[in-house]
Amino acid sequence: MNASRSAAIFAWMLLAPALIYVIAIVAYPLVDTIILSFTDTALKKTVNWVGWDNYVRIFKSGFDVIILRTVVWTFFSVSIKMIIGVLGATLLNAAVPGRAIFRVLTMPPWIVPMAIGIFMWGWMYNGQFGMISGLLQRFGLVDGPVAFLAYGSTAFWATIFTDVWIGVPLVTLYMLAAIQSIPKDLYEAAWVDGASRLYRLRRITLPLIAPSLITISMISLISTFNSFDIIWILTRGGPSGETTTMIIDTYKTAFGSYKYGEGSARVVLVAMCLSVFCFFYFRIVNKLAATQER
Amino acid sequence: MIDKYTWYEKVGIYLGIFVFLSFVLSPFVEGFLVSLKPMHQLFSSPYSFWPKEGSFDAYFRIWETVPFLWLYILNGIFIAVVATFLGLCMIIPAAYALARIEFRGRGATLSGFLMVNMFSGAVLLIPLYRLMRETGLLNTYFAMIVPGTAFILGTGIWLLRAYMLRIPKELEEAAFADGASRFYTFRRVVLPLAMPGILIAGINCFLTVYAQQFIYALTFNSKSEYMPLSVGLFAFFGRQEVTWNELMAASIVGITPVMIVFFFLQKYLVAGLTAGAVKS
Repeated sequence: MNASRSAAIFAWMLLAPALIYVIAIVAYPLVDTIILSFTDTALKKTVNWVGWDNYVRIFKSGFDVIILRTVVWTFFSVSIKMIIGVLGATLLNAAVPGRAIFRVLTMPPWIVPMAIGIFMWGWMYNGQFGMISGLLQRFGLVDGPVAFLAYGSTAFWATIFTDVWIGVPLVTLYMLAAIQSIPKDLYEAAWVDGASRLYRLRRITLPLIAPSLITISMISLISTFNSFDIIWILTRGGPSGETTTMIIDTYKTAFGSYKYGEGSARVVLVAMCLSVFCFFYFRIVNKLAATQER
Repeated sequence: MIDKYTWYEKVGIYLGIFVFLSFVLSPFVEGFLVSLKPMHQLFSSPYSFWPKEGSFDAYFRIWETVPFLWLYILNGIFIAVVATFLGLCMIIPAAYALARIEFRGRGATLSGFLMVNMFSGAVLLIPLYRLMRETGLLNTYFAMIVPGTAFILGTGIWLLRAYMLRIPKELEEAAFADGASRFYTFRRVVLPLAMPGILIAGINCFLTVYAQQFIYALTFNSKSEYMPLSVGLFAFFGRQEVTWNELMAASIVGITPVMIVFFFLQKYLVAGLTAGAVKS
């Protein structure tokens, strides 16, 4: 009894720095956001309680469109990342000469500052002189220049495409690690029984990497939902708000119009969406933690 | 024999890898080629992939047009290094406690740390801005380091805990039996054994802060001399005409130092991915 109590005290001592830090930099700001969301805090000196006014105003100003857009943006970005990631991992797992180099070459988008990669995409999307429009014209796929970031529909897909590009290395290498952790004798047994390569992929690889795929898609889901840099640098939420996701919307309200109170209310709504993901995330995390301890 | 491919399978694999890597690397290739092109070739139709009168002029000009370029590069690295160091000071003891000591609330604490990841990036920007302003940290290095550090703790603890779980318990128990204190055991027995895990967690922390410092630097700092590369170069877009060739040259120069270092550390990068999630 005494030993376990001293162990517990020691544990909390070790945890204290991290806990205090998180309380100060994450938990306190979170509470502050909720309080602010019921005020009209802005650049002016006075602050008044406004009750639910901010929330009422948000939903009267077409917030449902922004939520829907965020969900669609996130859904397509995460799904495409997973598809390309699994395909890439399968290819990089093939026992062909040069695969060690191919794996290293997958990393760059992941190990450069995100913003720098986005600058490069900004040029590639340029309508008159950019590479994508230029190549499409050369191959006769489009008639004239396409200014990808100037129109809502193309800008929407262009930002998704860049988000996919940034996320793909992590997903690919993570899934590659998952594929490599599958015991080799499973494949050999299937091979002896005459199972084709495609059959082995479908019946051994895919089922066994499914848990890892779920984990990485949850991680990816959260970072994609919170994605800011890409849209802000490429379009600033434009043209005419057509790439404004919930996060961009909170930023524009708070730091574009200096409406901190209303911005906070929008953040609270973001946090509520996140907590829905959170629920599923923790079911997975707890399962994983138990696996690790075994 | 199981790994033998027919010739058409080989062609298919290489073709697939070619398409995949083209997607991943094309912005870098195009960025490099743009940095070689003079402005009048950039702004001419039809588009040409190869530079016609290519030169490295832009690489010499950037030191004048971006006088702080060296500083931007160093700032980005400095912010990430300090955040990683601060982070590890908190991650190592916390990971040890969560891996080795049985106490009530352990599972909930681990989940709590991971929950922090959900609020990374722009979510807490408004209150953090107020916090930075009240504490006088606005427009200092700490305005970028402090939030950066908070959002590496969860993943760092998760990775290091997973590593520590695989270290045999016997050594600690032996030290304990010899009468060593808990703290002594932690410092002299556990820490040396956990070194590779600490390296993996540290690299992960560094990369996260290094890649994602844009938003904090954009919002919490307006002093040029503290800007990291990403925000320093963002200023190109505020000019009359974006000199793309110089922007690309500065970007490539800016990302090279860290790229080179990571080329040598890549096995730890991949190890980080495996340690955290995939059962080994």
